Amino acid sequence: MTDKVTSIKIAGLGGMGVLTSTQILAEVFFRQGLDVKKAEVHGMSQRGGSICSDVRIGQKVFSPMIPAGTIGYLILFQDDQFPLYEADCSPQTVIIRPSAIDAEKLENKKTLNMAMLGLLSRHLDAPTEAWLEVIHEVLPEKLHQVNDAAFELGRQSAGE
Amino acid sequence: MERKFLMGNEAVALGALHAGAARGAGYPGTPSSEILDVFNKLGGSAEWSPNEKVAAEVALGVSFAGVRAFTTMKHVGLNVASDVLFTAAYSGVDGALVFIVADDPGLASSQNEQDTRRYAVAAGVPLLEPSDSQEAYEFTRLAFEVSERWKIPVILKLTTRVCHSGTIVTPRPADTGLATAHFERNIPYHVMVPGHARPAHRRLRQKLAEIAEWNETEGPNQKVEGSEELGILVSGVAYQHAREAGPDASFFKAGMSYPLPMRSMLEFAASVKRAVVIEENDPYMADALRAAGGIIESAPEMYRFGELDVGRVKRILAHDTSPEAVPPRGKPPQLCAGCPHTITFELLKKHNCIVAGDIGCYTLAALLPLAAMDTQICMGASLGVGIGLRHVLPRDEAKRVVSVIGDSTFVHSGLTGLAEMTYNVPPTGHVLLILDNSTTAMTGQQEHPGTGRLLDQSPTNRLDYEKVVRAMNVPNVGTFDPIKQPAEFEAALVEALEKEELTVLIVRRPCILAVARKGVKPASTQG
Ligand SMILES: Cc1ncc(C[n+]2csc(CCOP(=O)(O)OP(=O)(O)O)c2C)c(N)n1
Ligand code: SF4
Repeated sequence: MTDKVTSIKIAGLGGMGVLTSTQILAEVFFRQGLDVKKAEVHGMSQRGGSICSDVRIGQKVFSPMIPAGTIGYLILFQDDQFPLYEADCSPQTVIIRPSAIDAEKLENKKTLNMAMLGLLSRHLDAPTEAWLEVIHEVLPEKLHQVNDAAFELGRQSAGE
Repeated sequence: MERKFLMGNEAVALGALHAGAARGAGYPGTPSSEILDVFNKLGGSAEWSPNEKVAAEVALGVSFAGVRAFTTMKHVGLNVASDVLFTAAYSGVDGALVFIVADDPGLASSQNEQDTRRYAVAAGVPLLEPSDSQEAYEFTRLAFEVSERWKIPVILKLTTRVCHSGTIVTPRPADTGLATAHFERNIPYHVMVPGHARPAHRRLRQKLAEIAEWNETEGPNQKVEGSEELGILVSGVAYQHAREAGPDASFFKAGMSYPLPMRSMLEFAASVKRAVVIEENDPYMADALRAAGGIIESAPEMYRFGELDVGRVKRILAHDTSPEAVPPRGKPPQLCAGCPHTITFELLKKHNCIVAGDIGCYTLAALLPLAAMDTQICMGASLGVGIGLRHVLPRDEAKRVVSVIGDSTFVHSGLTGLAEMTYNVPPTGHVLLILDNSTTAMTGQQEHPGTGRLLDQSPTNRLDYEKVVRAMNVPNVGTFDPIKQPAEFEAALVEALEKEELTVLIVRRPCILAVARKGVKPASTQG
């Protein structure tokens, strides 16, 4: 990551943990000393509607919103959301779908978002400890163990 | 100081804290709602007021005590508070007063796309426009300084993208040696009767002339050297998009966009072969520059709708007016499963009511599958609009008109509508439903005078709707739990629709999200 900006879009429905994952992702790379910007929309979108957020990482980032055609990684918490973002993808976009996670192995379905971050983390340049440190700060202690497990499950899951 | 990763709203709250603001007052409204909560969590003194006008008055009162105050609201909130703004501009302030107003180009969660910069011009108050969280922090502090120096209210204009984007902030040490609150009598400045307001108006214009001069030389405006071929004049978050869309261009970024640093902008425009103004919402800077004789290009009309992004700025620079791709529609928001509002609107639909609605989560009932709300314009309008319909519709239609308002909205601007209802009684009477879910759900479950809790969750007086309604001489009043007493509620509604009298039904059941989040207990339906 030199002068190139890495852009990650996380998409799902309200209540699936899109905003929490975005917060964790942004914070991890902020702590790596990089410029980070994130964009998300609050409000109406909370009531179970489609929701997405953008994170952009680099030496210097201007717009907080990912320009069309430059999504590096598209993380879908629900497969059927793909058509909404398809036009903004390029042949280079890495698409990470929930089917890559063995849902049977998820102790708690609500931790899918952490598993997806685990999967994403294989593509990005930050050590597992950096992720776990932030996850532990953002989530209440009683949820650490189950979310750590989900993150690890994602990290071990094969590619797409 | 250590750098932080902050949302724009968090940066504003930190800026207000470091500026030593004595109190912040506001009314929730996306995208501004988080500012006061964060300010409070950081140790600031903050309140939810019944509406934006009261909030602005409270903040003005704080500033009359010689200390720094601010008020927060969304753009349409300033319509409600504008009466305060226009004359506070005349009276001026003793300490400092900052109006923090969040616009919503693109309508992520609003009923219109109005541009607050027009208010700055109309009222004659300076306006600052940050483009990221660092500037949100800096400009908040600057707003207090400008306000205090010229004794004038200042608007800090945010947009959804600034409020809800996270970017890096390096804070500075907090201000010290600030004044402590005290009252100084100054009747000619604080009492705006004609004899005092005439000189006040002249003082205001004098202040603005001085601020305009200051803005030319010391204002928070920024130039970026670049190509002489293309110069971009820009403000707000559009600056960030434009830097990416035109990486080789030169830039003039207006940080204080009223009064504009006109001389510097005209000079800049003349220094490049092609000068393009990039701004969200109205062509405010473009019109002003043209009126001052500037040779500039502005965006075609189509870019006035919605927010800008890198792609749209590229299109503007390329003179591209071909139709834009319409993004596919996602799953729309819906009332939560189990939301108490659902039952109410199912009943209204069943009884074929004409529903004069209002704003809140329950406005989602206007969408499919319910499609059970017929009008919604602005907060409080359910009453006036419903009463207007009742006055003129034929009897059989008039009888089916029901006004429906949420509890927070009722306190915000339904009380005066209720006075109207009991004063100018329509021939068929009227029916009002107050949906008391013990919270301001729509904007993230804030407290209000009907919940019995303050912003920081401590207990306070709780407004008693039944007593208020009775005191206003409504003969038929009842409170029902739509989930526990659906049959009684329906019977009361049917009776009210038949009666041709004034009826107010309070539909009381807490929002399930508020219950889950804060453990709000279902209140008893007795009072
Ligand atoms: C003047 C103005 N201020 C603020 C808003 C934002 N807003 C819309 S509805 C609403 C309150 C909703 O609360 P309530 O009436 O209790 O309904 P609920 O969402 O709880 O169902 C707010 C704050 C607005 N649209 N207009
Ligand atoms: S947040 Fe509360 S009021 Fe809004 S839809 Fe959900 S349950 Fe209903």
